[in-house]
Amino acid sequence: MQHATITRSTQASRIAGILALCFLVYIGAAPWWAGSADLRLITEILFYLALASMWNLLAGYAGLISVGQHAYVGLGGYLMFSCVLFLGMNPLWSIPVAGVAGALISIPVAWLVFRLKGPYFAIGTWVVAEVFRLSAAQMSSVGGGSGLSIPVAVMRDLGRKPDREMLIYFTAFALCVGAILLVYFLLRSRVGLALTAIRDNEVASSSLGVKIGRIKLFVYVAAAAVTTMIGALIFVTKLRISPDAAFSVNDWTVFVIFIVVIGGIGTIEGPIIGTLLFFLLREFLADLGAIYLMILGAMAIGIMLAAPKGLWGLLVSRYDFSIFPVGYRVRR
Amino acid sequence: MTLLDLQDLQKSYGALAVTQNFSMSVEQGDLVGILGPNGAGKTTLFNQITGTVKPDHGEVWFDGEMVTQMDASKRCQMGIARSFQVPHPFVGMTVYENILVGATFGRSSFDPRKQALEIMDKTGMDDKANQLAGSLTLLDRKRLEMARALAADPKLLLLDEIAGGLTDSECVSLLNTIREVHETGVTIIWIEHVVHALMSVAKRLVVVDFGRKVTEGDPETVMNSPEVKSIYMGEDAA
Repeated sequence: MQHATITRSTQASRIAGILALCFLVYIGAAPWWAGSADLRLITEILFYLALASMWNLLAGYAGLISVGQHAYVGLGGYLMFSCVLFLGMNPLWSIPVAGVAGALISIPVAWLVFRLKGPYFAIGTWVVAEVFRLSAAQMSSVGGGSGLSIPVAVMRDLGRKPDREMLIYFTAFALCVGAILLVYFLLRSRVGLALTAIRDNEVASSSLGVKIGRIKLFVYVAAAAVTTMIGALIFVTKLRISPDAAFSVNDWTVFVIFIVVIGGIGTIEGPIIGTLLFFLLREFLADLGAIYLMILGAMAIGIMLAAPKGLWGLLVSRYDFSIFPVGYRVRR
Repeated sequence: MTLLDLQDLQKSYGALAVTQNFSMSVEQGDLVGILGPNGAGKTTLFNQITGTVKPDHGEVWFDGEMVTQMDASKRCQMGIARSFQVPHPFVGMTVYENILVGATFGRSSFDPRKQALEIMDKTGMDDKANQLAGSLTLLDRKRLEMARALAADPKLLLLDEIAGGLTDSECVSLLNTIREVHETGVTIIWIEHVVHALMSVAKRLVVVDFGRKVTEGDPETVMNSPEVKSIYMGEDAA
């Protein structure tokens, strides 16, 4: 046993890591090779990837199956608008402010919804999001039920159109990479060991000394903060906000759940695969309208039945492999 | 010194009383066996000691502190660790990672990675270090249950039916491990149906039926008592 050492990565994961890094640089350089429309599409992909990574952290690891994360997306949007309109802030600087506010607001929400377990928790989070939406619709200062737009002058302050698009793109890129790195380093830490144990068995983890309540609260608040920031940036790109768009369960929760479930819940790679697949489907099938949504639904059911751990899970069960190694290997 | 003191515990699920007026105390360094038919309330008793289930009435004292309302995780950090009758492995984690959880979050966590390696060797699981716990056989899952509990560095170790289904030689090696652990000063309470295994290490037996303590004492006397004969062999034998 003297010869045993613990490693965190394998040769294969190091090579995959280098390839992933190259791909990341390529995506990061998109403003130099992509046209305006493609850049907007990639920005949207980054938003969804970040949202999916956060939902995966919540549901896939902490067992918090929330169907109300759109509460924080919408909250982020409205916080950004409030910062811009009432405090005269730069829209991009309002993003960290929204993050902090989102975290603070999520604490009393957690206090409420953590009293509910399993399906009740899921419904509870949805109800909270509805309350957020209805509250936003009541506030005439942010446009009430019909919403409002960002004044043109505010956007003009961000620079000329190409500069502005690049600035927004890099902010989205940073947020998305930041969200994935947050999950990665969290999972490699002591908290990650606890989270992985909670993912697999709550009763056993608690009787081995894992403080489940504290870790779940931490994850919930962290996911809320990041989701709020993404929400703020999403509505900078949309230029317009209304309660129905900001708190859309379809756009910000259902699609995100679809992405994580088909990609592979409880893995870092899963949401990445899921996001790519989701946008691929959307690009080819969105013109079909309602049929497109039916195809999405059928695919989700099919994958859940055939590969409950998603496409990445299917791959991992065949080849023991990961791009983001978070486990421990004993070598002798 | 008394390590564990249960005072008048009561627990019911609806009309079903699973623990009734149960009192028991365990001295430091003791090795207590718990016997009783299926459904007698043995595991529920463990759940109340570890904090997975809170009693309706009564008190649990551990190491001089009242822990009745304390969380399972806090009790583990005070020094109570258990194995589960139906193994609860972290299926998506390797054997080593399973043990590492106990070593990291248990009572002492000075150097969890090294501690986990030591426990893995001690319990003979080192050849399966990188295997996913979900792919283990039932036997290995039971061994992992004990390894993980030991990694939490307990003062009190609760073992719930870990000898069931073992071959004779496996049982001998399990008994050796239990003796070794006990010799390092760990107090053990062991629920077991494999009576000969229990008899060979237990210093004291407690018999439970219908959630009550039927009798207790040294193994020899308890096994020959009319109460035990009546439970295991029917009224006539008494």
